[in-house]
Amino acid sequence: MEGLAFDIAHLLAGGLVLVSFMMLYQDRLYALLNLFALHAVVLALSVAWQAHVQGAPHLYITAAIALVFKAIVIPVALHRIVQRLGIHREIETVIGVGPTMLAGMGLVALAISVMLQATPEADPLAREDLAFALAVILLGLLTMVTRRNAVGQVVGFMSLENGLILAAAGAKGMPLVVEISVAFSVLIAFIVIGIFLFRIRERFDTVDIQALDRHRGERR
Amino acid sequence: MPVQIALWSVAALLATAIVGVARARAAAGRVLVYGTSLAVCGVTILSALIHLLAAGGEAATLALPLGIPWIGARFRIDALAAFFLVVVNLGGAAASLYGIGYGRHEEAPQRVLPFFPAFLAGMNLVVLADDAFTFLLSWEFMSLASWALVMAHHRDAENARAGYIYLVMASFGTLALLLAFGLLAGADGGYTFAAMRAATHAPWVMPLALALLLLGAGSKAGLVPLHVWLPLAHPAAPSHVSALMSGVMTKVAVYGFIRVVFDLIAAPSWWAGMLLLFLGGATALLGILHALMERDFKRLLAYSTIENIGVIFVNLGLALAFQANGFAAAAALALTAALFHALNHSLFKSLLFFGAGAVLSATGTRDMDRLGGLIHRMPATGFAFLVGCVAISALPPLNGFVSEWLTFQAILLSPGLPQWGLKVMVPAVGAVLALSAALVAACFVKAFGVTFLGRARSEVCSAACEVDRIPLIAMGLFATLCLLLGILPGLVIDALAPSVASVLGARMPVQMHVPWLSIVPIAESRSSYNGLLLFAFIAVSAVLAMLVIHRFASRALRRAPPWDCGYPDANPATQYTAVSFAQPVRRVFGTVVFRACEQVRMPPPGSLAPARLDVAQRDLVWDGLYAPLARAIGVASQRLNVLQFLTIRRYLSLVFLALVGLLLVLALWP
Repeated sequence: MEGLAFDIAHLLAGGLVLVSFMMLYQDRLYALLNLFALHAVVLALSVAWQAHVQGAPHLYITAAIALVFKAIVIPVALHRIVQRLGIHREIETVIGVGPTMLAGMGLVALAISVMLQATPEADPLAREDLAFALAVILLGLLTMVTRRNAVGQVVGFMSLENGLILAAAGAKGMPLVVEISVAFSVLIAFIVIGIFLFRIRERFDTVDIQALDRHRGERR
Repeated sequence: MPVQIALWSVAALLATAIVGVARARAAAGRVLVYGTSLAVCGVTILSALIHLLAAGGEAATLALPLGIPWIGARFRIDALAAFFLVVVNLGGAAASLYGIGYGRHEEAPQRVLPFFPAFLAGMNLVVLADDAFTFLLSWEFMSLASWALVMAHHRDAENARAGYIYLVMASFGTLALLLAFGLLAGADGGYTFAAMRAATHAPWVMPLALALLLLGAGSKAGLVPLHVWLPLAHPAAPSHVSALMSGVMTKVAVYGFIRVVFDLIAAPSWWAGMLLLFLGGATALLGILHALMERDFKRLLAYSTIENIGVIFVNLGLALAFQANGFAAAAALALTAALFHALNHSLFKSLLFFGAGAVLSATGTRDMDRLGGLIHRMPATGFAFLVGCVAISALPPLNGFVSEWLTFQAILLSPGLPQWGLKVMVPAVGAVLALSAALVAACFVKAFGVTFLGRARSEVCSAACEVDRIPLIAMGLFATLCLLLGILPGLVIDALAPSVASVLGARMPVQMHVPWLSIVPIAESRSSYNGLLLFAFIAVSAVLAMLVIHRFASRALRRAPPWDCGYPDANPATQYTAVSFAQPVRRVFGTVVFRACEQVRMPPPGSLAPARLDVAQRDLVWDGLYAPLARAIGVASQRLNVLQFLTIRRYLSLVFLALVGLLLVLALWP
């Protein structure tokens, strides 16, 4: 049972990293949103498995929050926004797919080497989990950095938050309050960013953030 | 008990500051604020003196549940702190007394009254603090309160510049102190002074902490090359505040230095002593040379403060060097000289600033070349100022002589030191001190002579009248103290003994047992000094000479051409001025130290314009250190200004790259 529990946790966390990679090269908006929903589902599964393994029922709540809000509410809302605003469906990336993927692999290697070095005496389950969580966070940041589109950045930001929740769930004895607050912070960030999207749209007729730069009279 | 009294005094001062805010514009507010400060300072002096003399400076501590939770706010009075409490509150009491009368002429009392008691409270708290957090907080409070006082007349562009430079230097100094305490506290966060005393430091901590401390306390005290703010800021404040800043705040900085180097680190090393000797010597010489060149008398006094700080730091360096070599008695002698000089300087520098304030309020100018002959208009101020000048010039029988004499006694012990560096350095520094002592005398002959003697050089000066009685009482008090400390030095040395012993573990020989109130620093066969005898001799011989002259002088009438004192032309402009008096010294030192350049401009033939003599001099420390630094900061901020206007994505990329960079460091760290 120990071996199996570890393997399944490993599989789910690895799946999260894999979905992060898929988001990294995705250059269509709807596909990106669908992938984000998938990301959240994998996260919910992973957290639920942690709840089962650790015997910590409160983690089921976290998993439910992830499933309901991140896998259903937010993607649906973002779909609607994209539809209503008639946003251009293609996302301009800054760097090509190849270099981005290579950078992502480097980041995963970095995350794993840092984490395994920093936590030699921790529980192996938590250790692997933390390493993957850091990888997800770094990939989320990379997604944000390489997108020019505001919706793309929102999705990158929220996949980063998924990494945080994975880390929080992997560490034993993390109180529920923290996870709920993290979930709410994501929700608030989503609302704020959503409002900003509307405002930007109203003013500039586009959600391409280059428009903001042009407005400020900046060179790129 | 003494800690409680001191803390209640601080609380009373802070309450007075609040009263000062509320009642600043009323005349009663002035009397109330200064009167309360005077009373509170008096109580603190008494309690500290009793603690020092009766209880022998036994350490008393108190911890309040304020500040950082696991440390609290700790306060402690030992002999050293008690001595500095006396210095601080003595200056504070006299400045308060002076302020009762002087404050009448203040144009903006609402900018002075609230900050004056707060400044006093800050200085008291620094001396009382017994953990790094309280110390730094009080230090910064003291700096900010004094900054507010410097900015009292902020509409003057020069004052605004002085305040700006002071603020920058003060924050820099506090930062250096913060880092020094961080080093001493170590990784475990032992921020109480008791923990720092008990801790053993790695060998690399001591030099680094000393360097940071020299930057932090040295910038507040005015060590060269960190002195640039001092001659700007001290004169900018109202005169009684100038007296506090110059006479007292610099001593608080010296206290901080002694507390950390001798008490907390307590690992003396001869090279540290050598560094202090060098810095002290350079400070003394450069300070007094600047003072000699100055024609603004408050700035002259401020530069002379830098010189005295140099003397004190030379003594501290000697004490460190002797202590490192195990010469306990010699170290005690040097530290006693340092503390004695700190006390003396606080007395006569306050006295001189009070006199300068009286002249300023009577004439409205600080330019010595517009003054002159004031001794006829303001005899009492003139006499008090003269006493201050004699004391600061280290002439017997006043107090300045005693501490400088002790300094030279300590210097004369240096041949016993084993290190060759010190063997060469100490006599050289002694020579520098001797030179600066002579220059001090010249400087104060100039200050007194040009201001008070001769004839008035301007209208305002010939219309000046004496100040009120209360400032005169304050000046008379300090003049009397200068004389008393000069003729009874043995009592002071014995009173200082517990303070010296508390940090060095050694003390000077007991002076009370020496007959005839002489002082004997080492052994009778070597040297001794008796101020009382000298005073009696001067008084008796002067009276005798007067009697003889009056007895044998002839009353017969003689006719002769009148002596015109060397001024055949009756114009006051033909007198020596501050600038012309300094000319010989400027010729000797100025070309090297100040790049001074004198230029005679003759009018073109046929023109009736007068010829002009222009003197230009530069401050090499400013030109060589601060101006390039300011330029470099300007250029760097110009370059980095681009960072203010990046796109959101670029900011995110910066954060991302910084994170990845840090993780890489973590991953590759061995």
